[in-house]
Amino acid sequence: MTQSTNQPVLKVTDLKKAYGAIQAVGGVSFEVRPGEIFGVIGPNGSGKTTLFNSMLGQITPDTGKIELNGQDVTKLGPLELNRRGVGRTFQTLQVFGKMTVRDNLIVAAQEHQGTMFSRMFAPSDSNLGDKADALIDQFHIKHVADKKAGELSYGQQKLVDIAMAFMSEPDLVLLDEPCAGVNPSLVGGISTLLKDLNKTRKGSFVVIEHNMDFVMDLCHRIMVMVEGKVMAIGTPAEIRANKQVLDAYLGN
Amino acid sequence: MKKLALLAGLLGLVACIFVPTLLKSHGIYLFTYWLIYVIASMGLNLTIGYAGQKSLGHAAFFGIGAYTVAIMMQAGYSFWIGMPLAALGCFVVGLALGFPALRVQTIYLAFATLGFNTAVWLVMRNEEWLTGGTFGINNIARPEVFGISLDGNLAYYYLVLAFAVVLGLLLWGLLNSPWGKAFTALRDNPIRAESLGVDIRSYTLLSFAIGAAYAGIAGGLFGSLVQFIDPSPFTVEASIMMYLMVVVGGPGYFLGPLLGAAVGVILPEWLRFAQAWYLFVFGTAVVMLMIWLPDGLLSIPDRMRAKRQSREASAARAAAGSQRNAEGVKA
Repeated sequence: MTQSTNQPVLKVTDLKKAYGAIQAVGGVSFEVRPGEIFGVIGPNGSGKTTLFNSMLGQITPDTGKIELNGQDVTKLGPLELNRRGVGRTFQTLQVFGKMTVRDNLIVAAQEHQGTMFSRMFAPSDSNLGDKADALIDQFHIKHVADKKAGELSYGQQKLVDIAMAFMSEPDLVLLDEPCAGVNPSLVGGISTLLKDLNKTRKGSFVVIEHNMDFVMDLCHRIMVMVEGKVMAIGTPAEIRANKQVLDAYLGN
Repeated sequence: MKKLALLAGLLGLVACIFVPTLLKSHGIYLFTYWLIYVIASMGLNLTIGYAGQKSLGHAAFFGIGAYTVAIMMQAGYSFWIGMPLAALGCFVVGLALGFPALRVQTIYLAFATLGFNTAVWLVMRNEEWLTGGTFGINNIARPEVFGISLDGNLAYYYLVLAFAVVLGLLLWGLLNSPWGKAFTALRDNPIRAESLGVDIRSYTLLSFAIGAAYAGIAGGLFGSLVQFIDPSPFTVEASIMMYLMVVVGGPGYFLGPLLGAAVGVILPEWLRFAQAWYLFVFGTAVVMLMIWLPDGLLSIPDRMRAKRQSREASAARAAAGSQRNAEGVKA
Protein backbone atom coordinates (compact mmCIF):
# COMPACT_ATOMS: atom_id res chain seq x y z
CA MET A 1 0.00 0.00 0.00
CA THR A 2 2.97 2.29 0.71
CA GLN A 3 3.67 4.52 -2.28
CA SER A 4 7.34 5.12 -1.59
CA THR A 5 9.70 3.75 1.00
CA ASN A 6 10.51 7.20 2.32
CA GLN A 7 6.95 8.19 3.07
CA PRO A 8 6.02 7.60 6.69
CA VAL A 9 3.16 5.18 7.33
CA LEU A 10 1.89 7.40 10.10
CA LYS A 11 2.63 11.08 10.51
CA VAL A 12 1.29 13.02 13.49
CA THR A 13 1.75 16.79 13.44
CA ASP A 14 1.29 19.09 16.44
CA LEU A 15 -1.57 17.11 17.94
CA LYS A 16 -3.42 18.76 20.82
CA LYS A 17 -6.31 17.60 22.96
CA ALA A 18 -7.60 19.16 26.17
CA TYR A 19 -10.19 17.94 28.64
CA GLY A 20 -11.45 21.13 30.29
CA ALA A 21 -8.42 22.79 31.86
CA ILE A 22 -6.25 19.69 31.49
CA GLN A 23 -4.08 19.61 28.39
CA ALA A 24 -3.86 15.84 27.96
CA VAL A 25 -1.83 16.06 24.76
CA GLY A 26 -0.08 19.37 24.15
CA GLY A 27 1.44 19.47 20.69
CA VAL A 28 2.85 16.06 19.81
CA SER A 29 4.60 15.37 16.50
CA PHE A 30 6.24 12.17 15.28
CA GLU A 31 6.52 9.81 12.33
CA VAL A 32 6.36 6.05 12.06
CA ARG A 33 8.40 4.66 9.16
CA PRO A 34 7.49 1.64 7.05
CA GLY A 35 8.34 -1.60 8.83
CA GLU A 36 9.18 0.13 12.07
CA ILE A 37 8.22 -0.91 15.59
CA PHE A 38 7.65 2.36 17.41
CA GLY A 39 7.28 2.39 21.18
CA VAL A 40 5.47 5.00 23.23
CA ILE A 41 6.34 5.18 26.91
CA GLY A 42 5.60 7.59 29.70
CA PRO A 43 4.23 7.71 33.22
CA ASN A 44 0.51 7.47 33.94
CA GLY A 45 -1.29 10.62 32.85
CA SER A 46 1.36 11.51 30.28
CA GLY A 47 -1.19 11.47 27.46
CA LYS A 48 -0.37 8.13 25.83
CA THR A 49 -3.94 6.89 25.85
CA THR A 50 -5.36 10.19 24.57
CA LEU A 51 -2.80 10.12 21.78
CA PHE A 52 -3.71 6.52 20.97
CA ASN A 53 -7.43 7.22 20.98
CA SER A 54 -6.91 10.14 18.60
CA MET A 55 -4.91 8.02 16.19
CA LEU A 56 -7.64 5.37 16.30
CA GLY A 57 -10.53 7.74 15.66
CA GLN A 58 -12.09 7.18 19.08
CA ILE A 59 -11.77 10.89 19.86
CA THR A 60 -11.22 13.92 17.65
CA PRO A 61 -8.19 16.05 18.52
CA ASP A 62 -8.64 19.80 19.10
CA THR A 63 -5.93 20.71 16.60
CA GLY A 64 -3.23 18.93 14.67
CA LYS A 65 -3.09 16.49 11.82
CA ILE A 66 -2.84 12.72 11.50
CA GLU A 67 -1.79 11.27 8.15
CA LEU A 68 -1.87 7.63 7.12
CA ASN A 69 0.23 6.81 4.06
CA GLY A 70 0.12 10.49 3.13
CA GLN A 71 -3.65 10.88 3.46
CA ASP A 72 -5.27 13.06 6.08
CA VAL A 73 -7.25 10.79 8.41
CA THR A 74 -7.61 13.19 11.36
CA LYS A 75 -11.40 13.17 11.34
CA LEU A 76 -12.02 9.53 10.42
CA GLY A 77 -13.70 7.09 12.82
CA PRO A 78 -12.49 3.64 13.88
CA LEU A 79 -14.36 1.85 11.09
CA GLU A 80 -12.88 3.92 8.25
CA LEU A 81 -9.41 3.70 9.77
CA ASN A 82 -9.64 -0.08 9.91
CA ARG A 83 -10.80 -0.21 6.30
CA ARG A 84 -7.74 1.85 5.37
CA GLY A 85 -5.38 -0.58 7.05
CA VAL A 86 -5.16 0.21 10.75
CA GLY A 87 -5.39 -2.76 13.12
CA ARG A 88 -5.41 -2.50 16.88
CA THR A 89 -5.55 -4.29 20.19
CA PHE A 90 -7.06 -2.94 23.39
CA GLN A 91 -5.62 -2.58 26.87
CA THR A 92 -8.16 -5.07 28.19
CA LEU A 93 -9.08 -8.38 26.57
CA GLN A 94 -11.52 -7.96 23.71
CA VAL A 95 -12.24 -11.32 22.14
CA PHE A 96 -15.69 -12.54 21.11
CA GLY A 97 -16.23 -14.98 23.95
CA LYS A 98 -19.01 -17.08 22.43
CA MET A 99 -17.27 -17.68 19.11
CA THR A 100 -14.52 -20.22 18.52
CA VAL A 101 -10.94 -19.01 18.22
CA ARG A 102 -11.05 -19.74 14.50
CA ASP A 103 -14.26 -17.76 14.05
CA ASN A 104 -12.78 -14.89 16.05
CA LEU A 105 -9.97 -14.69 13.50
CA ILE A 106 -12.31 -15.06 10.53
CA VAL A 107 -14.62 -12.29 11.70
CA ALA A 108 -11.53 -10.11 12.16
CA ALA A 109 -10.98 -10.05 8.39
CA GLN A 110 -14.25 -11.01 6.70
CA GLU A 111 -15.54 -7.46 6.45
CA HIS A 112 -12.57 -6.64 4.21
CA GLN A 113 -13.87 -9.11 1.59
CA GLY A 114 -16.34 -7.97 -1.05
CA THR A 115 -19.38 -5.88 -0.23
CA MET A 116 -21.97 -6.29 2.48
CA PHE A 117 -24.36 -7.65 -0.15
CA SER A 118 -21.89 -10.15 -1.60
CA ARG A 119 -21.02 -11.37 1.90
CA MET A 120 -24.63 -12.45 2.29
CA PHE A 121 -23.91 -15.21 -0.23
CA ALA A 122 -20.31 -15.91 0.72
CA PRO A 123 -19.27 -19.18 2.41
CA SER A 124 -19.42 -19.21 6.19
CA ASP A 125 -15.65 -18.81 6.59
CA SER A 126 -15.38 -16.20 3.77
CA ASN A 127 -12.55 -18.37 2.32
CA LEU A 128 -10.39 -17.11 5.18
CA GLY A 129 -9.98 -20.51 6.84
CA ASP A 130 -6.42 -21.11 5.57
CA LYS A 131 -5.31 -17.65 6.57
CA ALA A 132 -6.80 -18.10 10.03
CA ASP A 133 -5.11 -21.50 10.40
CA ALA A 134 -1.75 -20.01 9.42
CA LEU A 135 -2.01 -17.38 12.17
CA ILE A 136 -3.28 -20.00 14.62
CA ASP A 137 -0.12 -22.04 13.90
CA GLN A 138 2.12 -19.01 14.22
CA PHE A 139 0.57 -18.11 17.58
CA HIS A 140 0.77 -21.72 18.87
CA ILE A 141 -2.93 -21.89 19.69
CA LYS A 142 -3.85 -24.79 17.40
CA HIS A 143 -4.92 -27.03 20.30
CA VAL A 144 -7.65 -24.53 21.25
CA ALA A 145 -8.64 -23.41 17.72
CA ASP A 146 -12.13 -24.92 17.96
CA LYS A 147 -12.81 -23.90 21.55
CA LYS A 148 -14.89 -20.88 22.43
CA ALA A 149 -12.57 -17.96 23.04
CA GLY A 150 -14.28 -17.12 26.32
CA GLU A 151 -13.32 -20.53 27.75
CA LEU A 152 -9.56 -20.02 27.30
CA SER A 153 -7.01 -18.88 29.87
CA TYR A 154 -6.10 -15.20 30.04
CA GLY A 155 -2.79 -15.70 28.25
CA GLN A 156 -4.41 -17.69 25.43
CA GLN A 157 -7.11 -15.06 25.01
CA LYS A 158 -4.42 -12.40 24.84
CA LEU A 159 -2.76 -14.28 21.98
CA VAL A 160 -6.09 -14.59 20.14
CA ASP A 161 -6.67 -10.89 20.73
CA ILE A 162 -3.31 -9.95 19.20
CA ALA A 163 -3.72 -12.41 16.30
CA MET A 164 -7.08 -10.82 15.43
CA ALA A 165 -5.42 -7.47 14.83
CA PHE A 166 -3.26 -9.03 12.10
CA MET A 167 -5.90 -11.00 10.19
CA SER A 168 -6.74 -8.25 7.70
CA GLU A 169 -3.05 -7.61 6.93
CA PRO A 170 -3.00 -4.02 8.16
CA ASP A 171 -0.23 -1.56 7.25
CA LEU A 172 -0.18 -0.22 10.78
CA VAL A 173 -1.01 -2.02 14.03
CA LEU A 174 -1.48 -0.14 17.28
CA LEU A 175 -0.90 -2.34 20.33
CA ASP A 176 -2.14 -0.97 23.64
CA GLU A 177 -0.17 -2.65 26.44
CA PRO A 178 0.20 -6.10 24.83
CA CYS A 179 1.85 -7.41 28.03
CA ALA A 180 -0.67 -6.09 30.56
CA GLY A 181 -1.67 -8.90 32.90
CA VAL A 182 0.40 -11.49 31.03
CA ASN A 183 2.65 -13.79 33.06
CA PRO A 184 6.41 -13.21 32.61
CA SER A 185 7.02 -16.43 30.70
CA LEU A 186 4.59 -15.36 27.97
CA VAL A 187 6.01 -11.83 27.66
CA GLY A 188 9.06 -13.18 25.84
CA GLY A 189 6.81 -15.24 23.59
CA ILE A 190 4.76 -12.20 22.63
CA SER A 191 7.93 -10.26 21.91
CA THR A 192 9.22 -13.00 19.60
CA LEU A 193 5.85 -13.24 17.86
CA LEU A 194 5.70 -9.50 17.22
CA LYS A 195 9.25 -9.47 15.86
CA ASP A 196 8.40 -12.37 13.52
CA LEU A 197 5.20 -10.70 12.36
CA ASN A 198 7.10 -7.47 11.77
CA LYS A 199 9.63 -9.29 9.58
CA THR A 200 7.22 -11.45 7.59
CA ARG A 201 4.46 -8.90 7.07
CA LYS A 202 6.51 -5.73 6.73
CA GLY A 203 3.88 -3.87 8.75
CA SER A 204 4.57 -1.01 11.13
CA PHE A 205 3.61 -1.22 14.80
CA VAL A 206 3.04 1.37 17.47
CA VAL A 207 3.30 -0.13 20.97
CA ILE A 208 2.28 1.42 24.27
CA GLU A 209 3.72 -0.58 27.14
CA HIS A 210 4.86 -0.17 30.73
CA ASN A 211 7.14 -3.19 30.72
CA MET A 212 10.45 -1.40 30.02
CA ASP A 213 12.51 -4.51 29.21
CA PHE A 214 9.89 -5.53 26.67
CA VAL A 215 9.85 -2.10 24.99
CA MET A 216 13.64 -1.76 24.91
CA ASP A 217 14.00 -5.24 23.41
CA LEU A 218 11.18 -4.98 20.85
CA CYS A 219 11.13 -1.42 19.50
CA HIS A 220 13.32 0.15 16.85
CA ARG A 221 12.58 3.65 18.12
CA ILE A 222 10.91 4.91 21.27
CA MET A 223 9.06 8.13 22.09
CA VAL A 224 8.98 9.27 25.70
CA MET A 225 5.96 11.35 26.69
CA VAL A 226 5.74 13.40 29.86
CA GLU A 227 2.80 15.64 30.74
CA GLY A 228 1.36 15.60 27.24
CA LYS A 229 4.60 16.54 25.51
CA VAL A 230 7.36 14.64 23.74
CA MET A 231 10.47 14.51 25.93
CA ALA A 232 12.58 12.44 23.57
CA ILE A 233 12.47 10.24 20.48
CA GLY A 234 15.29 7.85 19.69
CA THR A 235 16.62 4.30 19.56
CA PRO A 236 16.48 2.25 22.77
CA ALA A 237 20.19 2.95 23.33
CA GLU A 238 19.66 6.69 22.94
CA ILE A 239 16.69 6.68 25.29
CA ARG A 240 18.63 4.73 27.91
CA ALA A 241 21.45 7.26 27.68
CA ASN A 242 19.21 10.34 27.79
CA LYS A 243 19.83 12.09 31.09
CA GLN A 244 16.56 14.00 31.03
CA VAL A 245 14.55 10.79 30.51
CA LEU A 246 16.48 9.02 33.24
CA ASP A 247 15.68 11.79 35.70
CA ALA A 248 12.07 12.20 34.76
CA TYR A 249 10.94 8.67 34.10
CA LEU A 250 13.29 5.75 34.11
CA GLY A 251 14.51 6.65 37.58
CA ASN A 252 17.75 5.50 39.23
CA MET B 1 -24.12 -30.24 17.60
CA LYS B 2 -25.17 -28.83 14.25
CA LYS B 3 -26.15 -32.28 13.02
CA LEU B 4 -28.27 -32.80 16.11
CA ALA B 5 -30.03 -29.49 15.51
CA LEU B 6 -30.61 -30.42 11.88
CA LEU B 7 -32.08 -33.78 12.91
CA ALA B 8 -34.31 -32.11 15.48
CA GLY B 9 -35.44 -29.61 12.85
CA LEU B 10 -36.27 -32.38 10.36
CA LEU B 11 -38.18 -34.43 12.94
CA GLY B 12 -40.05 -31.30 13.95
CA LEU B 13 -40.94 -30.62 10.33
CA VAL B 14 -42.28 -34.14 9.82
CA ALA B 15 -44.34 -33.75 13.00
CA CYS B 16 -45.61 -30.37 11.78
CA ILE B 17 -46.76 -31.95 8.53
CA PHE B 18 -48.54 -35.00 9.98
CA VAL B 19 -49.68 -34.21 13.50
CA PRO B 20 -52.31 -31.60 12.51
CA THR B 21 -54.07 -34.15 10.26
CA LEU B 22 -54.93 -36.02 13.47
CA LEU B 23 -56.22 -32.94 15.24
CA LYS B 24 -59.66 -31.39 15.49
CA SER B 25 -60.33 -27.93 14.18
CA HIS B 26 -59.32 -26.16 17.40
CA GLY B 27 -56.04 -28.04 17.58
CA ILE B 28 -55.18 -27.10 14.00
CA TYR B 29 -56.06 -23.49 14.76
CA LEU B 30 -53.75 -23.56 17.78
CA PHE B 31 -50.91 -25.07 15.73
CA THR B 32 -51.33 -22.32 13.13
CA TYR B 33 -51.32 -19.70 15.87
CA TRP B 34 -48.13 -21.21 17.26
CA LEU B 35 -46.37 -21.21 13.85
CA ILE B 36 -47.28 -17.57 13.31
CA TYR B 37 -45.62 -16.68 16.60
CA VAL B 38 -42.67 -18.85 15.61
CA ILE B 39 -42.19 -16.68 12.52
CA ALA B 40 -42.49 -13.47 14.54
CA SER B 41 -40.08 -14.64 17.23
CA MET B 42 -37.60 -15.95 14.63
CA GLY B 43 -37.31 -12.33 13.52
CA LEU B 44 -37.06 -11.08 17.09
CA ASN B 45 -34.43 -13.74 17.81
CA LEU B 46 -32.29 -12.18 15.10
CA THR B 47 -32.69 -8.72 16.63
CA ILE B 48 -32.25 -9.75 20.28
CA GLY B 49 -30.56 -13.13 20.29
CA TYR B 50 -28.01 -12.75 17.50
CA ALA B 51 -27.49 -8.99 17.18
CA GLY B 52 -28.08 -8.19 20.87
CA GLN B 53 -30.50 -5.28 20.35
CA LYS B 54 -33.05 -5.18 23.16
CA SER B 55 -36.32 -4.44 21.38
CA LEU B 56 -39.66 -4.20 23.14
CA GLY B 57 -41.58 -3.01 20.09
CA HIS B 58 -41.96 -6.19 18.08
CA ALA B 59 -45.76 -6.42 18.41
CA ALA B 60 -46.01 -3.05 16.66
CA PHE B 61 -44.54 -4.62 13.51
CA PHE B 62 -46.78 -7.63 13.96
CA GLY B 63 -49.68 -5.14 13.98
CA ILE B 64 -48.42 -3.08 11.06
CA GLY B 65 -48.20 -6.29 9.02
CA ALA B 66 -51.68 -7.41 10.04
CA TYR B 67 -53.30 -4.05 9.29
CA THR B 68 -51.43 -3.66 5.98
CA VAL B 69 -52.71 -6.98 4.67
CA ALA B 70 -56.22 -6.43 6.08
CA ILE B 71 -56.54 -2.90 4.68
CA MET B 72 -55.20 -3.95 1.28
CA MET B 73 -57.63 -6.87 1.11
CA GLN B 74 -60.51 -4.60 2.15
CA ALA B 75 -59.53 -2.30 -0.68
CA GLY B 76 -59.91 -5.23 -3.05
CA TYR B 77 -56.29 -6.18 -3.54
CA SER B 78 -55.04 -9.73 -3.27
CA PHE B 79 -53.42 -11.17 -0.17
CA TRP B 80 -50.39 -11.75 -2.39
CA ILE B 81 -50.02 -8.02 -2.96
CA GLY B 82 -50.71 -7.10 0.65
CA MET B 83 -48.15 -9.54 2.06
CA PRO B 84 -45.02 -8.26 0.29
CA LEU B 85 -46.17 -4.74 1.09
CA ALA B 86 -46.48 -5.67 4.77
CA ALA B 87 -42.96 -7.15 4.76
CA LEU B 88 -41.49 -4.18 2.92
CA GLY B 89 -43.33 -1.62 5.06
CA CYS B 90 -42.13 -3.28 8.26
CA PHE B 91 -38.60 -3.50 6.88
CA VAL B 92 -38.57 0.26 6.27
CA VAL B 93 -40.15 1.16 9.62
CA GLY B 94 -37.81 -1.32 11.32
CA LEU B 95 -34.85 0.39 9.70
CA ALA B 96 -36.09 3.69 11.11
CA LEU B 97 -36.56 2.19 14.58
CA GLY B 98 -32.96 1.00 14.40
CA PHE B 99 -31.66 4.57 14.55
CA PRO B 100 -32.26 5.05 18.30
CA ALA B 101 -30.25 1.85 18.78
CA LEU B 102 -27.22 3.61 17.32
CA ARG B 103 -27.30 6.00 20.27
CA VAL B 104 -28.77 4.05 23.17
CA GLN B 105 -28.50 0.42 24.22
CA THR B 106 -29.81 -2.12 26.75
CA ILE B 107 -32.70 -0.99 28.93
CA TYR B 108 -32.72 2.51 27.37
CA LEU B 109 -33.20 1.02 23.95
CA ALA B 110 -35.94 -1.21 25.36
CA PHE B 111 -37.78 1.88 26.56
CA ALA B 112 -37.33 3.72 23.26
CA THR B 113 -38.82 0.76 21.37
CA LEU B 114 -41.58 0.44 23.96
CA GLY B 115 -42.50 4.07 23.31
CA PHE B 116 -42.61 3.31 19.59
CA ASN B 117 -44.96 0.38 20.23
CA THR B 118 -47.30 2.59 22.24
CA ALA B 119 -47.34 5.22 19.51
CA VAL B 120 -48.19 2.65 16.82
CA TRP B 121 -50.88 1.15 19.04
CA LEU B 122 -52.44 4.61 19.52
CA VAL B 123 -52.55 5.11 15.77
CA MET B 124 -54.31 1.75 15.37
CA ARG B 125 -56.84 2.68 18.04
CA ASN B 126 -57.48 6.32 17.13
CA GLU B 127 -57.25 6.56 13.34
CA GLU B 128 -60.69 5.05 12.73
CA TRP B 129 -60.84 6.08 9.07
CA LEU B 130 -57.91 3.75 8.39
CA THR B 131 -57.98 1.01 11.02
CA GLY B 132 -61.57 0.97 12.21
CA GLY B 133 -60.39 2.00 15.68
CA THR B 134 -61.45 -0.24 18.55
CA PHE B 135 -64.02 -1.91 16.28
CA GLY B 136 -61.20 -3.17 14.14
CA ILE B 137 -61.49 -4.74 10.71
CA ASN B 138 -63.93 -7.59 10.12
CA ASN B 139 -64.23 -10.38 7.60
CA ILE B 140 -60.62 -10.61 6.55
CA ALA B 141 -60.60 -13.31 3.90
CA ARG B 142 -58.26 -16.27 3.71
CA PRO B 143 -56.06 -16.18 0.61
CA GLU B 144 -56.10 -18.44 -2.44
CA VAL B 145 -53.09 -20.19 -3.95
CA PHE B 146 -53.29 -20.88 -7.71
CA GLY B 147 -57.06 -20.70 -7.49
CA ILE B 148 -57.23 -23.14 -4.57
CA SER B 149 -59.11 -21.65 -1.64
CA LEU B 150 -57.42 -21.92 1.75
CA ASP B 151 -60.62 -21.33 3.70
CA GLY B 152 -60.28 -24.60 5.57
CA ASN B 153 -58.18 -24.54 8.73
CA LEU B 154 -55.93 -27.38 7.63
CA ALA B 155 -55.29 -25.84 4.20
CA TYR B 156 -54.45 -22.50 5.78
CA TYR B 157 -52.22 -24.25 8.30
CA TYR B 158 -50.12 -25.67 5.47
CA LEU B 159 -49.75 -22.23 3.93
CA VAL B 160 -48.44 -20.89 7.25
CA LEU B 161 -46.16 -23.91 7.55
CA ALA B 162 -44.78 -23.21 4.08
CA PHE B 163 -44.11 -19.60 5.08
CA ALA B 164 -42.40 -20.72 8.30
CA VAL B 165 -40.17 -23.23 6.48
CA VAL B 166 -39.14 -20.81 3.73
CA LEU B 167 -38.47 -17.96 6.19
CA GLY B 168 -36.62 -20.35 8.49
CA LEU B 169 -34.37 -21.52 5.66
CA LEU B 170 -33.68 -17.94 4.59
CA LEU B 171 -32.68 -16.99 8.13
CA TRP B 172 -30.56 -20.14 8.44
CA GLY B 173 -28.76 -19.17 5.24
CA LEU B 174 -28.20 -15.63 6.44
CA LEU B 175 -26.87 -16.72 9.82
CA ASN B 176 -24.49 -19.20 8.21
CA SER B 177 -23.11 -16.58 5.87
CA PRO B 178 -20.50 -14.12 7.17
CA TRP B 179 -23.44 -11.98 8.33
CA GLY B 180 -24.09 -14.39 11.18
CA LYS B 181 -20.61 -13.83 12.58
CA ALA B 182 -20.92 -10.07 12.10
CA PHE B 183 -24.20 -10.03 14.08
CA THR B 184 -22.64 -12.11 16.86
CA ALA B 185 -19.60 -9.83 16.95
CA LEU B 186 -21.91 -6.83 17.21
CA ARG B 187 -23.74 -8.46 20.12
CA ASP B 188 -20.64 -9.61 22.02
CA ASN B 189 -18.49 -6.49 21.66
CA PRO B 190 -19.52 -3.66 19.31
CA ILE B 191 -16.40 -1.55 19.94
CA ARG B 192 -14.06 -4.40 19.11
CA ALA B 193 -16.22 -5.32 16.11
CA GLU B 194 -15.94 -1.80 14.72
CA SER B 195 -12.17 -1.82 15.15
CA LEU B 196 -12.11 -4.91 12.90
CA GLY B 197 -14.06 -3.27 10.11
CA VAL B 198 -17.55 -4.49 11.05
CA ASP B 199 -19.97 -1.75 10.02
CA ILE B 200 -21.92 -1.88 13.27
CA ARG B 201 -24.25 0.90 12.12
CA SER B 202 -25.52 -1.03 9.11
CA TYR B 203 -25.73 -4.34 10.94
CA THR B 204 -27.67 -2.77 13.83
CA LEU B 205 -30.18 -1.17 11.47
CA LEU B 206 -30.54 -4.35 9.40
CA SER B 207 -31.04 -6.54 12.46
CA PHE B 208 -34.04 -4.40 13.30
CA ALA B 209 -35.30 -4.20 9.73
CA ILE B 210 -35.10 -7.93 8.99
CA GLY B 211 -36.60 -8.82 12.37
CA ALA B 212 -39.42 -6.35 11.71
CA ALA B 213 -40.09 -7.81 8.25
CA TYR B 214 -40.51 -11.27 9.81
CA ALA B 215 -42.97 -9.83 12.32
CA GLY B 216 -44.83 -8.09 9.49
CA ILE B 217 -45.25 -11.32 7.55
CA ALA B 218 -46.37 -13.10 10.72
CA GLY B 219 -48.88 -10.30 11.31
CA GLY B 220 -50.28 -10.61 7.80
CA LEU B 221 -50.77 -14.35 8.32
CA PHE B 222 -52.32 -13.66 11.72
CA GLY B 223 -54.97 -11.32 10.30
CA SER B 224 -56.06 -13.92 7.77
CA LEU B 225 -56.12 -16.63 10.42
CA VAL B 226 -58.33 -14.89 12.96
CA GLN B 227 -60.21 -12.98 10.22
CA PHE B 228 -60.82 -10.06 12.55
CA ILE B 229 -58.26 -7.64 13.94
CA ASP B 230 -58.45 -4.85 16.47
CA PRO B 231 -55.53 -3.15 18.28
CA SER B 232 -55.55 -5.46 21.32
CA PRO B 233 -53.05 -8.15 20.12
CA PHE B 234 -50.49 -5.46 19.29
CA THR B 235 -49.93 -3.82 22.66
CA VAL B 236 -46.69 -3.41 24.59
CA GLU B 237 -47.82 -6.43 26.60
CA ALA B 238 -47.76 -8.51 23.43
CA SER B 239 -44.22 -7.24 22.71
CA ILE B 240 -43.14 -8.32 26.18
CA MET B 241 -44.69 -11.73 25.51
CA MET B 242 -42.71 -12.05 22.26
CA TYR B 243 -39.54 -11.04 24.06
CA LEU B 244 -40.33 -13.72 26.62
CA MET B 245 -40.74 -16.31 23.85
CA VAL B 246 -37.23 -15.55 22.59
CA VAL B 247 -35.72 -15.59 26.07
CA VAL B 248 -37.47 -18.79 27.15
CA GLY B 249 -36.57 -20.66 23.96
CA GLY B 250 -32.97 -19.51 24.09
CA PRO B 251 -31.80 -16.26 22.51
CA GLY B 252 -29.22 -16.89 19.80
CA TYR B 253 -30.34 -20.52 19.36
CA PHE B 254 -31.79 -21.08 15.92
CA LEU B 255 -34.57 -23.42 17.08
CA GLY B 256 -35.28 -21.40 20.23
CA PRO B 257 -38.39 -19.70 18.82
CA LEU B 258 -40.06 -23.10 18.23
CA LEU B 259 -39.97 -23.83 21.95
CA GLY B 260 -40.44 -20.25 23.09
CA ALA B 261 -43.58 -19.77 21.00
CA ALA B 262 -44.88 -23.11 22.28
CA VAL B 263 -44.47 -21.87 25.84
CA GLY B 264 -46.21 -18.62 24.96
CA VAL B 265 -49.06 -20.05 22.85
CA ILE B 266 -49.62 -23.72 23.68
CA LEU B 267 -48.71 -23.83 27.38
CA PRO B 268 -51.55 -21.43 28.33
CA GLU B 269 -53.96 -23.86 26.62
CA TRP B 270 -52.64 -26.77 28.66
CA LEU B 271 -52.98 -24.67 31.78
CA ARG B 272 -56.69 -24.13 31.21
CA PHE B 273 -57.49 -26.67 33.92
CA ALA B 274 -55.99 -24.19 36.38
CA GLN B 275 -58.63 -21.63 35.38
CA ALA B 276 -58.27 -18.56 37.58
CA TRP B 277 -54.87 -19.81 38.72
CA TYR B 278 -53.59 -19.99 35.15
CA LEU B 279 -51.59 -16.74 35.20
CA PHE B 280 -50.14 -17.60 38.59
CA VAL B 281 -48.93 -21.00 37.40
CA PHE B 282 -47.60 -19.55 34.14
CA GLY B 283 -45.80 -16.74 35.95
CA THR B 284 -44.24 -19.11 38.47
CA ALA B 285 -43.06 -21.42 35.69
CA VAL B 286 -41.38 -18.51 33.90
CA VAL B 287 -39.70 -17.27 37.09
CA MET B 288 -38.31 -20.74 37.81
CA LEU B 289 -37.12 -21.11 34.24
CA MET B 290 -35.28 -17.79 34.41
CA ILE B 291 -33.60 -18.81 37.68
CA TRP B 292 -32.40 -22.21 36.49
CA LEU B 293 -32.05 -21.62 32.77
CA PRO B 294 -31.27 -17.96 32.18
CA ASP B 295 -30.08 -18.79 28.64
CA GLY B 296 -33.31 -20.55 27.72
CA LEU B 297 -34.48 -24.11 27.16
CA LEU B 298 -32.07 -24.82 24.32
CA SER B 299 -29.09 -24.04 26.53
CA ILE B 300 -29.65 -27.42 28.24
CA PRO B 301 -27.48 -29.43 25.74
CA ASP B 302 -24.70 -26.80 25.99
CA ARG B 303 -24.82 -26.96 29.77
CA MET B 304 -24.59 -30.74 29.72
CA ARG B 305 -21.62 -30.53 27.34
CA ALA B 306 -19.85 -28.01 29.58
CA LYS B 307 -20.45 -30.21 32.62
CA ARG B 308 -19.12 -33.29 30.83
CA GLN B 309 -16.03 -31.41 29.66
CA SER B 310 -15.19 -30.11 33.11
CA ARG B 311 -15.69 -33.64 34.51
CA GLU B 312 -13.35 -35.05 31.85
CA ALA B 313 -10.81 -32.32 32.48
CA SER B 314 -10.75 -32.94 36.22
CA ALA B 315 -10.50 -36.70 35.59
CA ALA B 316 -7.54 -36.06 33.27
CA ARG B 317 -5.91 -33.88 35.92
CA ALA B 318 -6.42 -36.55 38.54
CA ALA B 319 -4.95 -39.21 36.23
CA ALA B 320 -1.94 -37.03 35.45
CA GLY B 321 -1.48 -36.41 39.17
CA SER B 322 -1.52 -40.10 40.11
CA GLN B 323 0.90 -40.88 37.26
CA ARG B 324 3.29 -38.23 38.58
CA ASN B 325 3.00 -39.75 42.02
CA ALA B 326 3.74 -43.22 40.65
CA GLU B 327 6.82 -41.90 38.85
CA GLY B 328 7.89 -40.22 42.03
CA VAL B 329 7.71 -43.54 43.83
CA LYS B 330 9.81 -45.22 41.13
CA ALA B 331 12.46 -42.55 41.32
